[in-house]
Amino acid sequence: MIIKNVRILGGELVDLRVSDGVIAAITPADPQAGAVRGDRPFGEEGDGGRPAFGGPAAAGRTNGVAGGVVGDAAGERDDLVVEGGGAIALPGLVDLHTHLREPGREDAETVQTGTQSAARGGYTAVHAMANTSPVADTAGVVEQVWRLGREFGHCDVHPVGAVTVGLGGKHLAELGAMADSAARVRVFSDDGKCVDDAVLMRRALEYVKAFDGVVAQHAQEPRLTEGAQMNEGVVSGRLGLTGWPAVAEEAIIARDCLLAAHVGSRLHVCHVSTAGSVEIIRWAKSKGWNVTAEVTPHHLLLTDDLVEESPVGAYNPIYKVNPPLRTRADVEALRAALADGTIDVVATDHAPHPVEDKESEWSAAAMGMVGLETALSVVQEAMVETGLLDWAGVAQRMSVVPARIGRLAGQGQPLEVGAPANITLYDPSVRTEVDPSAFASKSRNTPYEGMTLPGRVVATFLRGRPTVLEGKLV
Amino acid sequence: MNRHLISAGDLTKEDALLILDTAEELARVTERSIKKLPTLRGRTVVNLFFEDSTRTRISFEAAAKRLSADVINFSAKGSSVSKGESLKDTALTLEAMGADAVVIRHSASGAPHRLATWVRGSVVNAGDGTHEHPTQALLDAFSMRRRLGGLEGRKVTIVGDVLHSRVARSNVLLLHTLGAEVTLVAPPTLVPVSVGSWPCEVSYDLDAVLPKSDAVMMLRVQKERMNAAYFPSEREYSRRYGLDRDRFAKMPDEAIVMHPGPMNRGMEIAAEVADSARSTIVEQVANGVTIRMAVLYLLLGGETA
Repeated sequence: MIIKNVRILGGELVDLRVSDGVIAAITPADPQAGAVRGDRPFGEEGDGGRPAFGGPAAAGRTNGVAGGVVGDAAGERDDLVVEGGGAIALPGLVDLHTHLREPGREDAETVQTGTQSAARGGYTAVHAMANTSPVADTAGVVEQVWRLGREFGHCDVHPVGAVTVGLGGKHLAELGAMADSAARVRVFSDDGKCVDDAVLMRRALEYVKAFDGVVAQHAQEPRLTEGAQMNEGVVSGRLGLTGWPAVAEEAIIARDCLLAAHVGSRLHVCHVSTAGSVEIIRWAKSKGWNVTAEVTPHHLLLTDDLVEESPVGAYNPIYKVNPPLRTRADVEALRAALADGTIDVVATDHAPHPVEDKESEWSAAAMGMVGLETALSVVQEAMVETGLLDWAGVAQRMSVVPARIGRLAGQGQPLEVGAPANITLYDPSVRTEVDPSAFASKSRNTPYEGMTLPGRVVATFLRGRPTVLEGKLV
Repeated sequence: MNRHLISAGDLTKEDALLILDTAEELARVTERSIKKLPTLRGRTVVNLFFEDSTRTRISFEAAAKRLSADVINFSAKGSSVSKGESLKDTALTLEAMGADAVVIRHSASGAPHRLATWVRGSVVNAGDGTHEHPTQALLDAFSMRRRLGGLEGRKVTIVGDVLHSRVARSNVLLLHTLGAEVTLVAPPTLVPVSVGSWPCEVSYDLDAVLPKSDAVMMLRVQKERMNAAYFPSEREYSRRYGLDRDRFAKMPDEAIVMHPGPMNRGMEIAAEVADSARSTIVEQVANGVTIRMAVLYLLLGGETA
């Protein structure tokens, strides 16, 4: 297969030759053959502000559609020629935090629809969170989820194992059995619930050292957040919604950093949402402790004001999420932390919910937002358009480092000769309105409906096999 | 005025004064032996109460009936709601029945906002969770204006569980709009951490504030707060924040005492204070009907009367 006219991490136009699922050759693109220079290869309207992919020189319009197949689509995979149209090539994205909902809540999402959603978002691997029903706390459940992922093949599925039995916070789950299973679990989390018992957290951190695992903590002190509905601050005070104080997150993060240092283990902090958390993680890293952290796209873009005033009305539970949307100052701190590496990765916390679980009064609604199909666009909006990250930085934070934290050997590799052909082609030049009805996800609970966001994933390749072409599932 | 009355903050000064002045006119009617007006004949007002509140429901019911509206009382207890029907389905049902106004009481903050997205009629917030209770604030303002002559520059002290009080939120917003100066007094555990952004003063010392108050509004202390570490004991709360006879004596001679009811006599307010001539507590109940008549009249009948 040949992928023509792409820019690795936004660099020079190249052609990628892929063979046996591996990048076999990278050659400078033929400036004549591609005929993309100075043109909009996708046929979309220009935005007037940004130069076209190929630079200023005008040339004829190509017939190729970005991510589209130029050669014989029906033939052998090796015969495929995919016109990149000047798109940016990123190593396939890796999500450390996805809720696929299967088993148990197949009305919200399944492994099939969730991984289709992931592929459309440019992901080639996702970590499926453990809070399913039954909980992924045994080798049996994690192997089931892992096998379903393999069967559908839209992206790799790496189950996250529960830290405690039934997410109950009382007894360690059989972490070793999950690590040794076919699913080879390395990330353990009670996500949705906090491992708040300090002794249990210490033991979990110690125990996973035996197989190089990591405990991904959902940092939420439970007593401080009883009945909590939204960020505790000016807006919650006015709206009369029970506050979710920043300290409930920060206190657990501080404790866990100290525990991880004490036992010499790896800690990963899920969905960091406050400026104070950033300060604590920065301090822990300055000590050389093995702490990593993630931020969600929505915490990089949205604030708690939306609960009071938004295009979809006040108290709309579409903005209800755990951890809650915070303030503008928190958003700025999170962006800066992601830029300087204090926060290592972007993770979606893709949390599908059926309509009826969101279409209610605020306090009765479920917490969470879908995010796989908008993540890259939101990161472009929040980090790239603001000049905080370049595309190499995006690739680090959405592919390379998450794969490293999850200990995924075949993912998150730089796009070099010999690397697995896990590739995401992304056109950053378009701006489109988010249309939830076009999502591959079974659920529509996106906070971005009607918003105009930049960029779109035009193609995704999993070990050389296209899972998405022309923005559509293959 | 807006189509709905959901937050006291939605009212401009002109809106608020129009409601108060309209209530003043309607009060004259209620002093007649035949209290009924034909204004809302043929209009349907639904009282949608998801929380028990006989006092507020009766007040709205009396107000609507005195304006000749048809009243449907929909109580969540014993209805399809207790069988798991969603707020949306309830709203659509009321919509299908042709409700011109829905008066909603709900334990969830923001439920009236959600309801307003699903029904065409006017939504009147009769208390939502720990958010707001705008008609209570209007009747309080009405009561104060009648006793004090006006609200501009008046010093109003609101005492008690501000954190969980929809009455306090609505009163702070409305009284600020009407030019009064509000001071909240409570133990620090019972004010929101963000109270500094509110248009009012905050004090932890009731004795210091009382001598400067034109009106003192005592809030009910809910039973469920008493065992949740907001304060050590009922006795300590009462000692520090209760309006007893000694504290009452510190108030200026003309100052009035208010309470939205129901009261915990002996807890936040002493019986002799509640029953004194300077207490407006019973008047507040009567004024509640009048102010709700004014609200329904302006939302539904306005220019046709």
